[in-house]
Amino acid sequence: MDDALLRIEGLVKRYGGLIATDHLGLSIRRNELHAIIGPNGAGKTTLVSQITGEVRPDEGRIVFAGDDVTRLPPNARAAKGIGRSFQITSVFLDFTVIENVSLAVQARAGHSFRFWKQAAGEAILRDPAHAILAKVGLLDRADELAVNLSHGEKRALELAIALAGSPKLLLLDEPMAGMGPEESLRMVKFLETLKGQLTILLIEHDIEAVFALADRITVLVYGRAIAEGTAAEIRNHPEVRRAYLGDDEEA
Amino acid sequence: MRKLSYILCALGIAVLFCVPAVTEVADMSYYLDFTTRVVIFAMAAVSLDLILGYGGMVSFGHAAFLGVGGYAVGILSYYGITDGFIHFGVAILASALVALFIGMLSVRTIGVYFIMITLAFSQMLYYLAISVNTYGGDDGLSVRGASVFAGVVDLADRDQLYYASLAILLGMLLICYRLIGSRFGMVLRGIKSDERRMIAIGYSPFRYKLLAFVISGVMCGIAGALLANQTLFISPAIMHWSRSGEIMVMAILGGISTLFGSVIGAGLYLGLEETLSRFTPHWQVLLGPLLVVVVLFARNGVLSLIVPRRAKTRHG
Ligand SMILES: Nc1ncnc2c1ncn2[C@@H]1O[C@H](COP(=O)(O)OP(=O)(O)OP(=O)(O)O)[C@@H](O)[C@H]1O
Ligand SMILES: [Mg+2]
Repeated sequence: MDDALLRIEGLVKRYGGLIATDHLGLSIRRNELHAIIGPNGAGKTTLVSQITGEVRPDEGRIVFAGDDVTRLPPNARAAKGIGRSFQITSVFLDFTVIENVSLAVQARAGHSFRFWKQAAGEAILRDPAHAILAKVGLLDRADELAVNLSHGEKRALELAIALAGSPKLLLLDEPMAGMGPEESLRMVKFLETLKGQLTILLIEHDIEAVFALADRITVLVYGRAIAEGTAAEIRNHPEVRRAYLGDDEEA
Repeated sequence: MRKLSYILCALGIAVLFCVPAVTEVADMSYYLDFTTRVVIFAMAAVSLDLILGYGGMVSFGHAAFLGVGGYAVGILSYYGITDGFIHFGVAILASALVALFIGMLSVRTIGVYFIMITLAFSQMLYYLAISVNTYGGDDGLSVRGASVFAGVVDLADRDQLYYASLAILLGMLLICYRLIGSRFGMVLRGIKSDERRMIAIGYSPFRYKLLAFVISGVMCGIAGALLANQTLFISPAIMHWSRSGEIMVMAILGGISTLFGSVIGAGLYLGLEETLSRFTPHWQVLLGPLLVVVVLFARNGVLSLIVPRRAKTRHG
């Protein structure tokens, strides 16, 4: 059987004259952590949005878990197990931390056409939410309004929301963006604990974090994959050194 | 803080329960009519706050549902039907269908577009009522018989109408308070907070917004049916866009996303209308500045002056 959880074939997305995704092919195996690196404007976020369904590709196919999902709306793809975090933090600011996560748990825990019973009292929503908050280190902030969290805490909450839907494929769009070195380190450690439990597509500018975490790396430039391989292969790929890392690392 | 708001609610309800007795003793039956009117408009304002304050849907055509509920009663009694169950059954069904129709075409849109579509539909119903001469057209229609429930409850009786309206308002408030904390309510509030995020975690906003819109429309339709019973007259004016504006002002005055604030807002608005209009027919000139003051100094409405809310969001 096909061991790729996600297969992308000949994907094209144009914005006017600009090609954001240029005949891209990509295959992500089950339970691997696959990183995508590339300069600003390379089309990384556009790729993520096409996988989640928020952006419609002009050409090509997206196959998830054996099903062609190219035409599926984003909420249906989420229901199939594609979860994402946003590059620009997108949490429910006027909800408490626990409500943020419970709401994401609720999307997978039976239907939401219940009008009388209070959601805050439902153990099947609260318990998984607590467990996830404990994992990302936000348990002591559970009853705080999300708007009062620090930037790093909001990033952690962003990830907690994505995890709460128990996705098979987790798309992380620069989870460490704007974090200090200490927070970044904690995030890397946390992502390490996730490795092997689910399939992760990680987009990240912090190249050392990527080399430390990724099983495989794809280098994206102008919407095209110019190289793909393991961390060691990518580190030494001549075209990558020229196009992305800059040739100043020779020693 | 929580306790204070419970005490205030209980106090308010206690006062409202005493109104018929007090006005009877003091021989001021006019004030019973006034309070009944407040209670009925409070329903309309609460129904708007449910979708505006918790679903982010700025309906600028809510008076349409007052009209649908009111005309249901007016038209049925025109044909000699005064059974209350039929009156309110038809009012509920008709406002649900109208809300379903308007909602299907509007809840996908946001912001100004949603405002414009709801306004457009209410104006269409307004002109429809004007053009149907059988039911009085522009001149309106006298309600020939108030709703009678199984010969027991007769809404032609002022006290009974008042208590029925009060009970329905309290029931609606209870339902709304439960609803906003339920699974459905959490989804609705999530959509208001960040629709894009809700889609990304797997929700389809349309069906939740549509159902909330229908629930709200039905609540407002019931208010319309009660209003027809009070005035025993129904005319297209009840659906005029300025009516929708008044309902919105009530909700804003009292405080958006508070539910109970809408009750205070309705009382305040109608009370101001009552007192100020004695001095000048252009009393709304005075209302304008007051609204500005409320929006500037009490962003969460009059209720927030009495009961401070938990540290709230301030984006950006
Ligand atoms: N909605 C849009 N309309 C027009 N152009 C767009 C749109 N979205 C993205 N683009 C363009 O497509 C290209 C790819 O953008 P994208 O956001 O995917 O890059 P990225 O790799 O995520 O960059 P960054 O590292 O800065 O996040 C950019 O040139 C961008 O300006
Ligand atoms: Mg990006």
